[in-house]
Amino acid sequence: MPQVNGRYIPNVKAPRTADNEEPADVRAKDFRPVDKGFTKEMAIAEANRCLDCKNPLCVQGCPVNINIPRFIEAIRAEEFGRGLDIIHEASMLPAVCGRVCPQENQCEGVCVMGKRSEPVAIGQLERFLGDQPELASETKVAPRNGKKVAVVGSGPSGIACAGELARNGFDVTVFEAFFTGGGVLVYGIPEFRLPKAVVKREIDGLKDLGVKFEYNSVVGRITDADELFEKGFDAIYIATGAGLPKLLNIPGENLPNVFFANEYLTRVNLMKANNFPEYDTPTKHGKNVIVFGGGNVAMDAVRTAKRLGAERAIIAYRRTEEEMPARRAELHHAKAEGVEVMPLVSPLEFIAGEDGTVCAVRVQKMELGEPDDSGRRRPVPIEGAIEEIPCDVAISAIGTNANPFAKMIGDIKLNKWGYIEADDEGRTSDPRIWAGGDIVTGAATVILAMGAGKTAAASITKHLG
Amino acid sequence: MYKILEKTQFSEKVFKFRIEAPEMAKHAHAGQFLMVRANETGERVPFTFADWNPEEGWVEFIFMVIGKTTEMLSTYEAGDAIQDVTGPLGQPTEMGEGNWAVIGGGVGLAIAFPVARQLKATGHEVHAIMGARTKDLLLLEDQFRSVLDDEHIHITTDDGSYGEKGVVTAPLERLLQEKKVDHVFCVGPVPMMKFSALTAEKYDTPIIASLNPIMVDGTGMCGCCRVEVGGETKFACVDGPDFDATKVDWNDLRARQAAYLTEEGQSLKAYEETRCACHR
Repeated sequence: MPQVNGRYIPNVKAPRTADNEEPADVRAKDFRPVDKGFTKEMAIAEANRCLDCKNPLCVQGCPVNINIPRFIEAIRAEEFGRGLDIIHEASMLPAVCGRVCPQENQCEGVCVMGKRSEPVAIGQLERFLGDQPELASETKVAPRNGKKVAVVGSGPSGIACAGELARNGFDVTVFEAFFTGGGVLVYGIPEFRLPKAVVKREIDGLKDLGVKFEYNSVVGRITDADELFEKGFDAIYIATGAGLPKLLNIPGENLPNVFFANEYLTRVNLMKANNFPEYDTPTKHGKNVIVFGGGNVAMDAVRTAKRLGAERAIIAYRRTEEEMPARRAELHHAKAEGVEVMPLVSPLEFIAGEDGTVCAVRVQKMELGEPDDSGRRRPVPIEGAIEEIPCDVAISAIGTNANPFAKMIGDIKLNKWGYIEADDEGRTSDPRIWAGGDIVTGAATVILAMGAGKTAAASITKHLG
Repeated sequence: MYKILEKTQFSEKVFKFRIEAPEMAKHAHAGQFLMVRANETGERVPFTFADWNPEEGWVEFIFMVIGKTTEMLSTYEAGDAIQDVTGPLGQPTEMGEGNWAVIGGGVGLAIAFPVARQLKATGHEVHAIMGARTKDLLLLEDQFRSVLDDEHIHITTDDGSYGEKGVVTAPLERLLQEKKVDHVFCVGPVPMMKFSALTAEKYDTPIIASLNPIMVDGTGMCGCCRVEVGGETKFACVDGPDFDATKVDWNDLRARQAAYLTEEGQSLKAYEETRCACHR
């Protein structure tokens, strides 16, 4: 550790440690992780760039307020177990969040080093510790308090809530509609960005804390809130997410080989269609693939298409690259892998070929006009500028709506879009039911969903514990 | 894991499984379905409930061997276990007031039966129109006869090997002409449902069809099962599977059902090759 008279002197001149990536031409051919993560030497070098601010902005930039300077200090001291314990006080999923958080808008976005040169690679450092779970101290679990909580949904929000509650002494059961846990972490985010073994490890960690998992359980159909309360549950946390795909509502949307990103990604990530016929679920390997959207889901879909053998894989977005909501790192990865970015287009119609499947899409070219309510310049159609782009697979990744089962779980207040109304603590109109994550906020990020789960767990503990 | 309690074979390619699933049995309704994943490498396939018993804690589904998954399932025996069974899913069939005609074609009879039985049990007069290509493929005749008398059962076979020669629309048209039914429910192959809809529409009688598009998750998350009804896109797994049959875009449904025929063939072939290797 660089020190003068026992005081830490940060290495402010060192450039940010580059990500440890597989070369683009190698990785674009398979589903192995793109980013191999920091080595010990890389982590320590990067930790030495942290200014150890007195009033660390990074902590406020983190939705769950991880004590970032302290865990980075532990990395400098090569006390990795202690570093992990510091993170665990705030977050149980460092291996996940270190990989998938949009750090440029959160902790790293406000890092003071970013003003001088480049921000400290906080996400990579968090991941470095998260990938060594065996170093953590045993989690302290409060004595059992005899209270039972049902968590509906095992995505990031449900997992975070279940983990907190188990640590606080509750008897927790997670109900999951799929045959495995993790929600979007397993069906949405691809293996090359988040290995499923990492998700499984996090879920197994919850089982070690005594959390029970009921898979294949669609709450709202197989049981509901009344029945759960009758069975002795004292509270319910609803974290069903926002998984219902939004329609483009244009002609030809229902043609074969026109997909919603959720289906395309679920087939590959959850059902392993990339290993067909060893696995039974098939998918379509398009030569010309076009993906509509500019978020992380669109990036995941287009990069998956590339790995399934697409010769031309296009991201088509109605604004420009600047406005894309996807993580910068993912956009860069996609481009490095040969993805073509087509800005300022909006789909008008999918066209069927002779075999009845999609063969092209007609798009309207756009230009940026005046800023809209969100402050971003609104895309407006350029009259007469219509183009036809050939494609044999088209994917719509323009967003999702509230999960349709939310309204069937119990008699709780929803807003006009079908999302659950919940206060800052996650409390719904029924005092025994809490909710959080995408089913309250609409599609957001993994870490925000986790934060909501933690907040609700604290509230449940306060009211019932 | 979900234990197979009983296996019944109806014909060369048609089987019924009774599965131990107490919670599902408590919540199942006519018209709803379940999704099966046979083993760790399996795909998810929807099957409509054929029967269920909340007291004894089981549900039943019927399947016809048409591809890899159904071929593999047909080798499972009582005592074996299925990896995953999820349900009940979808909306229960809405059973409006009045007299009903319930039409089932082929393996669709397995879906039609619980609807007919439920209608009968709730005080409706029910005509069952049972269609099959040939006598051997006519399912559940005894079950239908156990709840309906002979006058209310109308059987057709394409080849005339049993019952009336022809298709289900003939007895349907007679019932509609004689004003014996107020509602029609149909389930079976697309052409059968399409022509049943056209027939019912001619007599201004409401008709619902239970649709069977390809599904992946079955919970409204992926949109694979989307169908066009009255010009609107609906997800069969959460909005259906029952829809107003006069408004369904049948060409769209058929095209989407056929989207993976090539892959389905590949999968079956790969499976059969591995099986042959074991037998050698």
